[in-house]
Amino acid sequence: MTTTVDQGSATARGEPNVLLKLWRNKETRSVIIQIVTMALLFAFFAYIINNAVLNLQALGKTFSFDFLQEPASYDINQTLIEYTSRSSHARAMLVGILNTALVAFCGVILATILGFVLGVIRLSNNWLASRIVYVFIEFTRNVPVLLHILLIHGIMVHFLPLPKQAISVGDALFLSNRGVYAPRPEFLDGFGFTVAAFGIAVIAAVIFRRWAKKVQEDTGKIYPVFLICTGVIIGLPLIVFLISGSPLVWELPKMGRFNLQGGVMMLPEFLALWLALSFYTSAFIAEIVRSGIMAINKGQWEAAGALGIRRNRVLQLVIIPQALRVIIPPLASQYLNLTKNSSLAIAIGYMDIVATIGGITLMQTGKEMETMIIVLLIYLSFSLVISAFMNWYNKRIALVER
Amino acid sequence: MFKRASIVAAAAAVVGIATGAQAATLDDVKARGVLHCIVNTGLPGFSYTDANGNWAGFDADMCRSVAAAVLGDGDKVKFIPATGKTRFTLLNSKEGDVIFRNTTWTFVRDVDVKLTFIHPTYYDGQGFIIRKSKGVKSAKELDGATVCIQTGTTTELNLADFFRANKIKYTPVPIEDSSEARKNYLADRCDAYTTDASGLAATRATFEKPSDHVILPEIISKEPLGPVVRHGDNQWEDIVRWAVFALIQAEESGVTAANADEMAKTPPNPDVARLLGAEGDLGAMLGLDKAWALRAIKARGNFGEIFESNLGTKTPIGLERGLNALYTAGGLQYAPPFR
Repeated sequence: MTTTVDQGSATARGEPNVLLKLWRNKETRSVIIQIVTMALLFAFFAYIINNAVLNLQALGKTFSFDFLQEPASYDINQTLIEYTSRSSHARAMLVGILNTALVAFCGVILATILGFVLGVIRLSNNWLASRIVYVFIEFTRNVPVLLHILLIHGIMVHFLPLPKQAISVGDALFLSNRGVYAPRPEFLDGFGFTVAAFGIAVIAAVIFRRWAKKVQEDTGKIYPVFLICTGVIIGLPLIVFLISGSPLVWELPKMGRFNLQGGVMMLPEFLALWLALSFYTSAFIAEIVRSGIMAINKGQWEAAGALGIRRNRVLQLVIIPQALRVIIPPLASQYLNLTKNSSLAIAIGYMDIVATIGGITLMQTGKEMETMIIVLLIYLSFSLVISAFMNWYNKRIALVER
Repeated sequence: MFKRASIVAAAAAVVGIATGAQAATLDDVKARGVLHCIVNTGLPGFSYTDANGNWAGFDADMCRSVAAAVLGDGDKVKFIPATGKTRFTLLNSKEGDVIFRNTTWTFVRDVDVKLTFIHPTYYDGQGFIIRKSKGVKSAKELDGATVCIQTGTTTELNLADFFRANKIKYTPVPIEDSSEARKNYLADRCDAYTTDASGLAATRATFEKPSDHVILPEIISKEPLGPVVRHGDNQWEDIVRWAVFALIQAEESGVTAANADEMAKTPPNPDVARLLGAEGDLGAMLGLDKAWALRAIKARGNFGEIFESNLGTKTPIGLERGLNALYTAGGLQYAPPFR
């Protein structure tokens, strides 16, 4: 009998001991903390969602995405796909996505080119060039990007002439405060030959490049690969184009009653956003490039120099490939910033995703919750795609350990 | 047991917050001591900040009348400037108690966006303004033109419909607020600017040379503009509605800011007596006191006085009463009986 009593009291006393033991054990404690944190996190989100649902109910609003099929009823001034005011809200959303993608894509390209050039000049021994770039970088990256956008847009709208007095470059390119107009190419029958020739030229160039590389590895003989390749890629289609009778005409912009008509037009809003985002981001990229190049041991320069390689070839063959490993990760985050900053388009009325689905559609349908969720998911997917690409590229150029 | 109790408590808290959304706006306003009024970011004549930095205009004054009725003082108003895009969100998230921001009453907004429209304080319609030098006589000649619009407003949809119906093309330039739109129009970023005709007149009044600009004859839409409150709070809805009607009735009965006190003491007829609280107790039915309408009228005058001092022919904006005259003068403004 006594033993059973003892056992009973042991378990009674033992229970807190087990918990205490679990708590004192480093591993189980960490598991407990994680479980509790997860539970709190779930509770928090459950509370937020529940609150939103109940509040929507209190207002008598329903949660549904049916409005996407309704006609949008508004016009958009820059559409990469066919769109009229009779198209659906979903179509308007697609137009907005493409406009965001366009400005982000163009911005990333221009910012990268500018950033690399500026970063290299910043390191140059030419005092004046280096100082000028220094001032540009410090000015650009220390002023909020919204001000850049408004400044460039303001300059374009207020200081460029009206369409009637547009500045013309060779009677083909017109600059006015309503936008930049360029001739539109119109392809006639037979242009296919030129396209085919271009394809063949590219393939030929790739084959030649491989062959030249092999020759260089075997014999050390260097061909001017770049010159020959560009010559072929430009020359061959050009010859075919001329032989097939120049099957291409240009539609020039002509003055209508109010605006220039015809040709390709770039809106001042697009240009302002594109240039502002590119300049702003290029300043950061320039500093990233500079840091990347400076991260390379001076011994690399000296070693390459000792082999008799010229300075710009050293940069191209030795320094940049190594610097890229330092440059790519922060560069990816700059691309993400640029894409997200493009949402400032609303300030000047560029019809991006925030202005279409997150702006006019939201207003006209009153579906704040649904449209904001869509906008959020779209930016998220843009960012994830860019991250995935940059991670892939980063892996590709990463130092291969042997 | 404890666990279940806590779940019940948490659920009650959530429900409590949710039902809080329906709590009486009147109590909130009284407890706060300030009326939160959502107005335009800057539209001369309707709601704008004057040279001294004070809010002024037709809509701003109406707000003060409501504040006077509810809180006893027409200056106990906090003005919350909103763009066409943010106004309904501000109202529904309870940042504001009422919208006085030339807002068009439409089916979708009333029914689907869950707003309650009080009464059109200004009957308007959408028009176009353009430089005289462009030589345009009718909106139908605008083929190929660039048109500035305020984004997120009904004007955007009317514009699309008008050009589609007339089979002509245009390039829209969407802009966030009216002052930005004005700047873009003056910089000739767009050939024409479209908004409510009253807004066009107000905008033109601020131009350096108003006579260089012409408002085209076409009015392409109906725009009944008026105050808006949240769905579901009938008491608050009634207060704002009858405060507005009090101003209209005051004009009809000849009660002005100057003679209101006099009229309250010696009412000329039973209608005025009931309106000004000398007879009966209409105020108590609204959850206010007897002198609510008297104070509303004294704040900035009756409907006609507010109109004339902000928009009328003697102001730079120079609008005729037109549809906004009393029904007795051939207009549409008509207050139901106070009884």
